[in-house]
Amino acid sequence: MTTPAPAEATRSPLAALRGSLQQVLAFASLIVIVVFFSIASPHFFTSNNIVSILTAATVTGILALGTTFVIITGGIDLSIGTGMILCGVMAGVFLTYWGWPLWAGVAGAIVFGALLGFVNGVNIAVLKIPPFIATLGMMLIAAGLSLVISGTKPIYFNDQPAFQQIMNLSIIPGARFPLGVLLFILMIVVAAIVLSRTVIGRYTFSIGSNEAATALSGVNVTKWKIIIYSMSGLFVGLAGVLSASRLSSAQPTGGMGLELEAIAAVVIGGTSLQGGKGSIVGTVIGALIMAVLTNGLRIISVPQEWQSVAVGCVILIAVYLDMLRRKGA
Amino acid sequence: MVGATKNFPGVRALDKMQLTLRHGEVLALVGENGAGKSTLMKLLSGGYQPDEGEFFLNGEPLVISSPKHAQELGISIIHQEFNLMPDLTIAQNIYIGREPRRAGIFLSDRELNRTTAELFDRLGLALDPTLLVGDLTVARQQMVEIAKALSWNARVLIMDEPTAALNDAEVETLFGLIRRFTTPETGVIYISHRMHELEQISDRVTVIRDGHYVDTLDTAKAPISEVISLMVGRDVAGERRAPQPAGDREVVLSVDHLSNSFLHDVGFELRKGEILGFAGLMGAGRTEVARAVVGADRATGTIRLHGREVSISSPVDAARLGIGYLSEDRKKYGVLLERSVRENVILSSMRDYHGALGFMRERKIEKAARGAVESLRIKTPSTAQLVKNLSGGNQQKVVIAKWLARDCDVLIFDEPTRGIDVGAKEEIYALLAELAASGKSIIMISSELPEILRMSDRIAVMCEGRLTAVLDSADATQENIMAHATHFSAEGTVKQ
Repeated sequence: MTTPAPAEATRSPLAALRGSLQQVLAFASLIVIVVFFSIASPHFFTSNNIVSILTAATVTGILALGTTFVIITGGIDLSIGTGMILCGVMAGVFLTYWGWPLWAGVAGAIVFGALLGFVNGVNIAVLKIPPFIATLGMMLIAAGLSLVISGTKPIYFNDQPAFQQIMNLSIIPGARFPLGVLLFILMIVVAAIVLSRTVIGRYTFSIGSNEAATALSGVNVTKWKIIIYSMSGLFVGLAGVLSASRLSSAQPTGGMGLELEAIAAVVIGGTSLQGGKGSIVGTVIGALIMAVLTNGLRIISVPQEWQSVAVGCVILIAVYLDMLRRKGA
Repeated sequence: MVGATKNFPGVRALDKMQLTLRHGEVLALVGENGAGKSTLMKLLSGGYQPDEGEFFLNGEPLVISSPKHAQELGISIIHQEFNLMPDLTIAQNIYIGREPRRAGIFLSDRELNRTTAELFDRLGLALDPTLLVGDLTVARQQMVEIAKALSWNARVLIMDEPTAALNDAEVETLFGLIRRFTTPETGVIYISHRMHELEQISDRVTVIRDGHYVDTLDTAKAPISEVISLMVGRDVAGERRAPQPAGDREVVLSVDHLSNSFLHDVGFELRKGEILGFAGLMGAGRTEVARAVVGADRATGTIRLHGREVSISSPVDAARLGIGYLSEDRKKYGVLLERSVRENVILSSMRDYHGALGFMRERKIEKAARGAVESLRIKTPSTAQLVKNLSGGNQQKVVIAKWLARDCDVLIFDEPTRGIDVGAKEEIYALLAELAASGKSIIMISSELPEILRMSDRIAVMCEGRLTAVLDSADATQENIMAHATHFSAEGTVKQ
């Protein structure tokens, strides 16, 4: 009569604590890394450098936000890196070749990103191609199309001086705080709200935790997966615009490997590749860890080759911790 | 040469079980679902160790320490699920792990095929050892399994429902093989639900029930009805729910000519406020009927809801029409274990709980979830509790709440009390009765005859994908249900 009730009651906060452990760990690691570099170099913890870290985190971070949804459903999206490049090229086509007004060109590029996501979604949810393969195919298609459409040459936004302001406009006088970073912060808030407060977020989690049960509950899993991949595509489109704006040109090459950086940020942030678990806060911390690490190692003059080794080690450690957490749960 | 006896009190699955296999005989082993056949097989093949009891081989006591050890002793087992690799050849499958080699590292396929051909000659099998197993029919694959077992010089062969996937001609071939195998040196333990087969192939029949040994009869002297009455005879737990007279109540769901690869022309009617029990042995196709009705599996046939023909191609359609399916495998197909009670309760009816722009209306959700927790008496500290922390009975209630939130008229319960303790079972029964009384129409699939008899107004019995009888609760007994569940009459669909 006396024992069962309290036992039930104490289990829930414990479980909640375990669930957020990875995020706490990730956040603690971020602090430790920041403190370490601040001591190692006087040039690290300056307002200028912090802004450049945030700027560096912006593009990968935005990609990672969209991918967080996909990964929570138990899927993966390998096409975000080259897809982003293709969206940048399309922005160039819309604005420079076709002479669209700025707003239309930017919107067009973002919608084009959603279109790529939609195709991924259809391939995965309707044709039942495994996400890894479906998006691997899209990764190569996007890489090729970028080259075909641009004629393998960069597209410069010389006629559109306002375009490069999207990323670079300084919004705080004297502080060199770029608009792009503000957009990143805005997207973080949007993504967090969508994931935790809306029906899309709810289905994202339910598909990831048990797709079969969700489908048997009468949920149109096919439809929602397409929506989720398309939404991830919107983030890809925005990242493409920002990255092109930053360089004030659409570079048709590159982008390969960026998807893995974004996925790494998501995973470091405690989102499980098995699906069902994850958070936007975690992803943001993950993206910051990657950016801080790259920036800090460069400041303390670690050669670039070794930077990559360090980032790789961080990913391994993060995933191992995630597995430990699962075993404990 | 084989005399295996074992006693082990204290184990729930098997209690003081005993079994004797004589030289040169085929011993049939029968029992209801959950009688303990699988556990017994695992013990014999070394998969489990008994807590108490002894085995004897030719009068010598022995311990069967592992499946490999069992194989070395000459005890081979053929499971319902084959352990074959479809992309390897027949010969490669049979001698996997003990391939003939040359110079220690090189495989000799020629010798492998020759050895296999010799084995097939001995068994009288006409099969080409170089064929890929994946290209064979199920029956042929079974022959390969048997040949594999015999290649170990098996003296005791245990077969679990070997005819489940075979047609009549294939069954004859199988029986031929069994008869050829059965020499004075060997013995076969043959597990099957098909009573008429036992007459053909077995010498004696051992009946077990609820983990207990019941009796062993000579097949020639024992009529099937006697075997069946030994198999059932479990007590009906609790009081029977007073059956509601079907009378002139509205037919809510009517299914006709439902067929697919598992089902043959299944048809039945479900009335308002009725509990229709679905009885049958494992694999009879009861779950497949449910999955076909809710569109989870493809099937042909017509489904009428309130007299109107409807097309259900996915669970989305079924939910829209108010048909909810509560799976037998709650953890896999019922709940989201890692999500909260609240989220699970509204999973089917999410569209009622979000406003413009898709924002979730948390206060309304919490209210609905609280209401469900109270009315279904779900024991949970809060609606934010993760479902994995609830007991089986309470998880089941969460699934029920999910479908009630969707306002379903037809609820299909597949093994509603599986994995639920006795006290919680009573609660689920009470809940089922309440739901029926409030006008919901319920299909209850269950492998437990006492449960079927206790709860149902009418009882549909299935056997091998066919509906073999629909009985009124008043006329139903464990014996006549089991009789209909073990051999089907030629009439096919029975309607009432």
